[in-house]
Amino acid sequence: MATMVTSTRPTTKQGTGPGTPQPNGNGSKRRDAFREPDSAGNRYRIGMWVALASIAMMFTSLSSAYIVRSGTANDWIPLAMPRILLASTALILLSSVTLEFARRSLRRSLQSEYAKYLLRTAVLGAGFLVSQVIAWRQLAAQGIYVSSHPHSSFFYLLTGAHAVHLLGGLLALTFLWFRSRRKASEPVAAARRQGAADAVTIYWHFMDGLWIYLFLLLFLWR
Amino acid sequence: MESHEGVHRHPAPTGFIRKYIFSLDHKVIGIQYIILALVAVLVGMAMSLLMRMNLSWPGTSWPILETFFPTGAPGGQMTPEFYLSLVTMHGTIMVFFVLTTAPQGGFGNYFLPIQIGAEDMAFPVLNMMSFWVTLLGFIVILLAIFVEGNQGIGEWFAGLGPSFAGGSGTVGPIGGWTGYAPLSALGKIAGPGQGGGMNLWVISIAIFCVGSLLGALNFITTLLNMRTKGMSLMRMPLTCWAWFTTAVLALLSFPVLLGGGVLLLLDRIANTSFFIPGGLYVSGLLSGTNPNFPLHTGGSPILWQHLFWFFGHPEVYIAILPGMGATSHILATFARKPVFGYRAMVFAIFAIGLLGFFVWGHHMFMSGMSPYSAIAFSVLTLSIGVPSAVKTFNWLGTLWGGRIRFTVAMLFALGFVSLFVAGGITGLILGQSSLDLPMHDTYLVTAHFHLVMGVASIFGMFAALYFWFPKMFGRFMSESLGRIHFWITFIGVYAIFVPMHIMGIVGMPRRFSSFTEYEYLRTLDPLVMLVTVAAILTIGAQLLFYFNVIWSIFKGKKVESDNPWEATTLEWTTATPPPHDNFAGVLPTVYHGPYEFAVPGAPRDYVMQTDMETEVPSGNGHDGHKH
Repeated sequence: MATMVTSTRPTTKQGTGPGTPQPNGNGSKRRDAFREPDSAGNRYRIGMWVALASIAMMFTSLSSAYIVRSGTANDWIPLAMPRILLASTALILLSSVTLEFARRSLRRSLQSEYAKYLLRTAVLGAGFLVSQVIAWRQLAAQGIYVSSHPHSSFFYLLTGAHAVHLLGGLLALTFLWFRSRRKASEPVAAARRQGAADAVTIYWHFMDGLWIYLFLLLFLWR
Repeated sequence: MESHEGVHRHPAPTGFIRKYIFSLDHKVIGIQYIILALVAVLVGMAMSLLMRMNLSWPGTSWPILETFFPTGAPGGQMTPEFYLSLVTMHGTIMVFFVLTTAPQGGFGNYFLPIQIGAEDMAFPVLNMMSFWVTLLGFIVILLAIFVEGNQGIGEWFAGLGPSFAGGSGTVGPIGGWTGYAPLSALGKIAGPGQGGGMNLWVISIAIFCVGSLLGALNFITTLLNMRTKGMSLMRMPLTCWAWFTTAVLALLSFPVLLGGGVLLLLDRIANTSFFIPGGLYVSGLLSGTNPNFPLHTGGSPILWQHLFWFFGHPEVYIAILPGMGATSHILATFARKPVFGYRAMVFAIFAIGLLGFFVWGHHMFMSGMSPYSAIAFSVLTLSIGVPSAVKTFNWLGTLWGGRIRFTVAMLFALGFVSLFVAGGITGLILGQSSLDLPMHDTYLVTAHFHLVMGVASIFGMFAALYFWFPKMFGRFMSESLGRIHFWITFIGVYAIFVPMHIMGIVGMPRRFSSFTEYEYLRTLDPLVMLVTVAAILTIGAQLLFYFNVIWSIFKGKKVESDNPWEATTLEWTTATPPPHDNFAGVLPTVYHGPYEFAVPGAPRDYVMQTDMETEVPSGNGHDGHKH
């Protein structure tokens, strides 16, 4: 029986030839963006999101430990919330707002506004840390330490880990503020400055959200 | 590329220190990682040798042991505790400082930026820090051995606080590389090997986590943001996909270990009870009845296992995925054929990485978990067999009908495939909870993970080094020495680990320092001896490898072309060794997929990724755009 032709598909497909390669390996969403002066800025933003994924995983592991430990324990003594933590919360929320102002001022090239709001954010951030330290000291004055009971262990650990991360953010803000007094008129330098400001802002907002999350976990979960 | 000029962020350094020690250049950092791994693996190997010697000739005296560990090895004879500390340190050093550093930090650092056409990593300073932090971790782990094992050094460390007191002064830290709570969480009271050295063990692991995280951050950002023109995701070499997936795994799993490590350290030094249950009776003391053993309540030792293995399982893929990438790359190059099923390979890498996050429970079947959880973990574990089989069959498909060039790199890549299958097959046994229960504490597990994540990964690294050595140093490694190295190692590792399967099935427990007391294991004596002899020969062959590396750097056959293997990817387009910014100021443009071998109508049997003239029909390999 003769073979019937069932397909007209060529055995060798049409060659596409070299074609014109697109920037960033055709893989970028913004095809026009690659290796333009702002690529360093993109790098900071991408790097920050990647770093936040890892920080989020660490706090996920600690909070899963918290949930397991609080769910299985028969030795859980809930901690009374130190009132000053409400002040901490207000301070850090406010600092996110001022930092957003700073970032947007930079977008509109308002250098002095940018520096001013950076400084305000740093002051508010420092205020948050001071307020946290006061909370720890209040607890210690009541005789509640890291090893007192599981809730206090987790309280000191989670707030401490958050404070260490926020301290890093504070250093970054200070660095940005020192840098802001230098001129950045070249497009490359400006894009880099914007990228750095964006990255620090993303980080700071994340720390803000993380604090709210920890606060709810520590005092509402159980 | 016009906008590139003047963009390179750091000029080539001139001083020795900036060039070779505190270098920002990803290539130098890569070599530093490889050197670290080559040093660490010597330590780990020496420890395995000591363990084998003790198993085959129990009671033999090793005077050198007495010199360093006067009480751990009195008269040069190894105590059981000393053996356990060897198990611990061999595992820790090999997993963290060899299998995690060289494949990713070493080869990945060196070749990922070049293969995607970037002039460096995205964050060179972080890259440099990641190496130095990792090195610090290694120094701390070595200190841990001596703080715990040597009275003199231990006493000095006691100044850091009571929990750092020099431990028992008998042996190094004991806890296995998994450091299971509660014994690891109690401190000196828990017995030999649980004092200050154990603190340093935890601290070293935490430091290592930070170093790895910095590296992972860099790899991911570099790959997402710095690919050159035309280097689309589906035109990346499979090595880059493997390094990328590995970086994602590291990024998401190391923080969990870091969190767990902080909790463990707090239990040890701040007297918390995260992992320490109430009513614990250890070393003849009840918790809360002795000032050295304060009251603990309500902690969960299983919680540590969960946190550890949530990291620990992805970690084994962190060790082996780069080897898979290198193997795919090298098989295609020396079979002169495109990788069979490029896209399937990419998805298989990702599937393995993704599934790797949901199977940690299969390490804990013995922990008394609910049988329903065990079934879920079993099913998920076995499903990893699917992407693994996809990879294996695609490797075979790549070889099928190829014009194979049996270079040493190719031999090691073939060895990788063989070991991956041989070691992986017992995963199907151990992944089922009902079969794991009787097998878990036997040599079957030892054999399984050594073959599949230990030796296979090492073969991937050997393949990578023999393959890329000419690009890194401008000279070939000796092929004849390499062949001897390959055959002794290949036969040697099978001679070591196949008998261990049999021992495991007979019921020989792992982690025991000697079996002289067990009548039912007498019949295995010849096998134990065979393993030891094979181990000595295999380790001897590695000295040949070290000689080959050092000799070839200075005296090896010089490379005459920039592309001696007639390969296709970007590292072979640049000078040998590559200049400081990889492409001497002009970034390449990519026109083809990574493995265009045997292209019909092409002038040669390979088309390089930068080849603008040659047309490649889209059916040839996998230039991922038109399918």
